[in-house]
Amino acid sequence: MRVVLAEDLFLLRQGIIQLLEAYGCVVAAAVDNGTDLAAALAEHRPDVAIVDVRLPPTFTTEGLQAALRARREQPGLPILVLSQHVEQMYARELLADGTGGIGYLLKDSVLDDEQFIDAVRRVAAGGTAMDPVVVAQLMTSHSRDEPLAALTGREREVLELMAEGCSNTAIAQRLTITEGAAANHISNIFTKLTLPPSSDSNRRVLAVLAYLNA
Amino acid sequence: MKTVPVTWRGRLGRATLDTLVGVAIATGALLSVVLFVTTAYFIVLCLIGIGFLALPYLTRAVRRLCDLNRRVAARSGVPVERPYRPEPEEIEKDIVGWMRRCKWILTDPATWRDLLWLLLNCVVGLAGFVPAALLYYAGEGLFLACGLWRPLADGGQGRWYASVTVESWPAAFAAGLLALVVLTGWLFLGPLVLKWYAYFVRFLLGPTRGSQLASRVQHLSETRSGALDIQAAELRRIERDLHDGAQARLVSLGLQLGAVDRKMNQDLEEARRMLRQARTSSVQALRELRDLVHGIHPPVLAERGLADALRALGLASPLDVTAVVDLPGRLPDPVESAVYFAVSELLTNALKHADARRVEIVAWCEDDTLRTRVTDDGRGGADASAGSGLAGIRRRLASFDGILEINSPPGGPTVINLELPCALSSPKTSSS
Repeated sequence: MRVVLAEDLFLLRQGIIQLLEAYGCVVAAAVDNGTDLAAALAEHRPDVAIVDVRLPPTFTTEGLQAALRARREQPGLPILVLSQHVEQMYARELLADGTGGIGYLLKDSVLDDEQFIDAVRRVAAGGTAMDPVVVAQLMTSHSRDEPLAALTGREREVLELMAEGCSNTAIAQRLTITEGAAANHISNIFTKLTLPPSSDSNRRVLAVLAYLNA
Repeated sequence: MKTVPVTWRGRLGRATLDTLVGVAIATGALLSVVLFVTTAYFIVLCLIGIGFLALPYLTRAVRRLCDLNRRVAARSGVPVERPYRPEPEEIEKDIVGWMRRCKWILTDPATWRDLLWLLLNCVVGLAGFVPAALLYYAGEGLFLACGLWRPLADGGQGRWYASVTVESWPAAFAAGLLALVVLTGWLFLGPLVLKWYAYFVRFLLGPTRGSQLASRVQHLSETRSGALDIQAAELRRIERDLHDGAQARLVSLGLQLGAVDRKMNQDLEEARRMLRQARTSSVQALRELRDLVHGIHPPVLAERGLADALRALGLASPLDVTAVVDLPGRLPDPVESAVYFAVSELLTNALKHADARRVEIVAWCEDDTLRTRVTDDGRGGADASAGSGLAGIRRRLASFDGILEINSPPGGPTVINLELPCALSSPKTSSS
């Protein structure tokens, strides 16, 4: 898996490179600013881009903007955005085109290497990886909506994990239930939210997030 | 002038009103004599102590009359601000408080200017009769012209009207014409007289440059001490959060790593468990630091500016928030930050205290002022004087010459307006 990495802090950049290489990824380019990122993405066309939201020269949302621009030029380019903080607004902007291959995680997530690599792989494969903090915010800010109120506590938990991008197996593991039970909850959720069922895990999450964003 | 009458009818109405106001002014001028003499008398009596008893009451009457005249001046398009020093806040009910009040009155230069105005107004204020006199004179001329000159003419001498001796019909006609001229004069002169009078009022009853500066300095020193208090409290909070939170966690992280180091050779499995624990600690430390940073300067505000930061606040709130923000670009940092935290607190209030469901945030720039309106459909009854967070917001905004306006009848809805001057860098000396 070929990765382009954009992170302006030297130590963190080196750390992530080491981490990625330890899990067999190839870092095609590691840059420290928005301008170089755009060039690197155009040149290397990586399997996934890992991008810090805040990058030089402006130290605002340079990374996010560069990533979104690159995605317009290369539709479907998988992007995993790392940030020191999570903001619903950015999550919505990333998810806006609805084509998947999007991740938005706190920088802390690199501390848990397996989960981080799992997220990178999921995004590269066209899935999503949303930080639990974002998902939790999305859930609370829509907790007054009628259809969500109809969900049971367990279904809500399942929905949150779905939104993070977990597969049925992962959900079953996290909640220590059988895979069949997880699938059952999911189909119940679809019914209650009136979403057409689909086997594609990515579409499923996007549908959930699209619903939450509405 | 507030409204410029364009039609004759409008002008006539205006002139009539001016005449009435003029008469009121002149009556006030007669009252001035009384007030002046009484006040002067009691001030003199202050020298032997007795005058102190009556002084506050008299001053109140004097100021009321002065305020009325300020309003009259404002009506003529010459706004006059009140120049008085603010009354000392805590006044004892006993003789000491009474003396303090007298001291406050006597040391305020505006009191003495009021007195001088009373004296001069005895004469100048009589000018208020001018429109009425003109109207009366015009009326007299018209009456004469109607033929009333005959019964009024005394002993065949004719009656003298505006340099015409009315003793025959042609003379009466001429007098009628002159009366019309006077009437026209009444139409146009009335507002003019009132305007001159308004300048006179402003000259003595308006704030002098010195008193303007004094009230400005007082406002600034009050808000500065408020700002310093807030800042000091904020620093203490940050220090405490760092000390009890992230710093303590990092220490425990170090301890945990030390323990892992010791365990390494004995029990690898246990060491690994402790490492995982250490990782959890580091995540927690990060989370606390992140919350702290968010409390100091929210990243979205730094990255995107106020408009998006307000929208983000709305998105993050469990309430149904609509944010309509129309700003020309980035505003000065302190302004953005002040408004952001104010709105954030208002949203919290709406959620916690007002039990609201829907909140609307509207923000726009107008006349170099950032105006923000936050409306919720909660139960209302918000009150800044109840020592709530609203008073805190008001104090914070005051240090930027900002205003917090609350309209929250019991039962709701609550409408809160924030106003902040955007151009903070420009020197501002006028009192606000």
